[in-house]
Amino acid sequence: MKVLVAVKRVVDYNVKVRVKADQSGVETANVKMSMNPFDEIANEQAIRLREAGIAEEVVAVSMGGAKCQETLRTALAMGADRAIHVLSESELQPLAVAKSLAKIVEREQPGIVLLGKQAIDDDSNQTGQMLAALLGWAQGTFVSKLKIEGGTATISREVDEGLESLEIALPAVLTVDLRLNEPRYASLPNIMKAKKKTIDQMTPEELGVDVAPRLHYLKVEEPPKRQGGVKVPDVPALIEKLKSEAGVI
Amino acid sequence: MTILVLAQHDNTVLDKATLHAVTAARAIGGDIHLLVAGQGAAAVAEAAAAVEGIAKVIHVDAEIYANPVAEDLADLLVAMAADYDYFLAAATTFGKNVMPRLAALIDSAQLSDIVEVLGPDTFKRFIYAGNAIATVRSDDKKRVITVRTTTFEATADTGGSAEITTIAAVDPKGLAKFVGREVSGGDRPDLTSARIVVSGGRGLGSGENFAIVEALADSLGAAVGASRAAVDAGYVPNDYQVGQTGKVVAPDLYVAVGISGAIQHLAGMKESKVIIAINKDEDAPIFQVADVGLVGDLFKIVPELTSKL
Repeated sequence: MKVLVAVKRVVDYNVKVRVKADQSGVETANVKMSMNPFDEIANEQAIRLREAGIAEEVVAVSMGGAKCQETLRTALAMGADRAIHVLSESELQPLAVAKSLAKIVEREQPGIVLLGKQAIDDDSNQTGQMLAALLGWAQGTFVSKLKIEGGTATISREVDEGLESLEIALPAVLTVDLRLNEPRYASLPNIMKAKKKTIDQMTPEELGVDVAPRLHYLKVEEPPKRQGGVKVPDVPALIEKLKSEAGVI
Repeated sequence: MTILVLAQHDNTVLDKATLHAVTAARAIGGDIHLLVAGQGAAAVAEAAAAVEGIAKVIHVDAEIYANPVAEDLADLLVAMAADYDYFLAAATTFGKNVMPRLAALIDSAQLSDIVEVLGPDTFKRFIYAGNAIATVRSDDKKRVITVRTTTFEATADTGGSAEITTIAAVDPKGLAKFVGREVSGGDRPDLTSARIVVSGGRGLGSGENFAIVEALADSLGAAVGASRAAVDAGYVPNDYQVGQTGKVVAPDLYVAVGISGAIQHLAGMKESKVIIAINKDEDAPIFQVADVGLVGDLFKIVPELTSKL
């Protein structure tokens, strides 16, 4: 079985993002970029499936500008076998990404597609579900445990109430949550090896997908700033403040 | 315009999250219908009919909806799609799971987790863990929307008298099967709707030590939450997590115990009315958003606070 992993290049999770002065978006020039942390977990899981003998090949896919190649090199250095870069310099939204990934799935015929449950830039939490819908496949979202036997995946999902388990038919799309695994660091020899691995490049046009944005981001603003308050010296002063300010006790 | 709101429930009780999604639907305006898909959920359909401002409740009773999977619910929504201009659900894990699947099936670009309705086609939503607010317009004919429950008040669950109609289930494709659910929590208030939340972080040091957070919560009648660090460390189950990727809460009072205040945690609680922080590190970022801070040893402060309340 082949496993396809979708990885997104996003502003690094440690960066405090700044809204552009003209309110057209968030500053991304000269800002540290990394692989979306959830996608790292997805990639790690794909590699573990290969190491466990369940998958034969791990193919990483990324969509976006030329620099997505760096993100794909990271995926390859972690252990993915080869990569596909869908090159597009325009804004890419979840539905367009899902349509493009569906075309790649048609070509590659993986048994499982793994993605992060959401990207930490637009926080949409849509792409995996949309991809599953377009393929007519089962979906397992927010996966924190995964067991594959025969043509079935048994998953544990992190839901608001606790944990939910499902049995889903393969092929399937799985979106991963934080606690599925802890991604490995790429070793130096593996980083060197990754440079020799193949990255195929194609465009949305070649895939026959219209990626024009369907949602129009009219304005991006700073949220209202919350002001820090006072520090109190001890518990009685804290209780006093609780009574006077919060009014809930 | 006609709006379909997907009701969340456990076949017995209508989840309060749905009432917040209804408020967003009312802000958009038009006839609002509530879809109750379940098994033996007649009581939920009746509760839905009593919600203020609902024109119609559509009740579907079938075994496959007892614990429905996204595949089956999305197919049901698609079968109903011709009659609706908007599809709304609360941005809970339930809504987040189902709605994008529907959106792709009807070729609509979903608006996730909206926090404000500016007009029939324009909405506000947070991006970058709440560090920026985007104003977004959708020109799609049918709009699929999930709603952040904390920024819309709950609609009253009494006063309505909607008619209840029933429709047939859509044959399942059998792609996914519900196996079971492990529910944690117990008798404490629900984290997302509690008036007071007490959360613990890595500063607690262990799952056993979390008991002092729980004792404080119980003395306040509060729900218990946790930072991602505390969940990752295994102190508490995943459903305690407050933050960008966990639950978003906005209680009247939020007490952060031993939580440093990482951006992704703040994203889940900074809309709280009053924030109290207890932390030994006086430079912890949590103090930049806290209304009242107390620097010191939480193992002394928290039990003292509990005993004096």
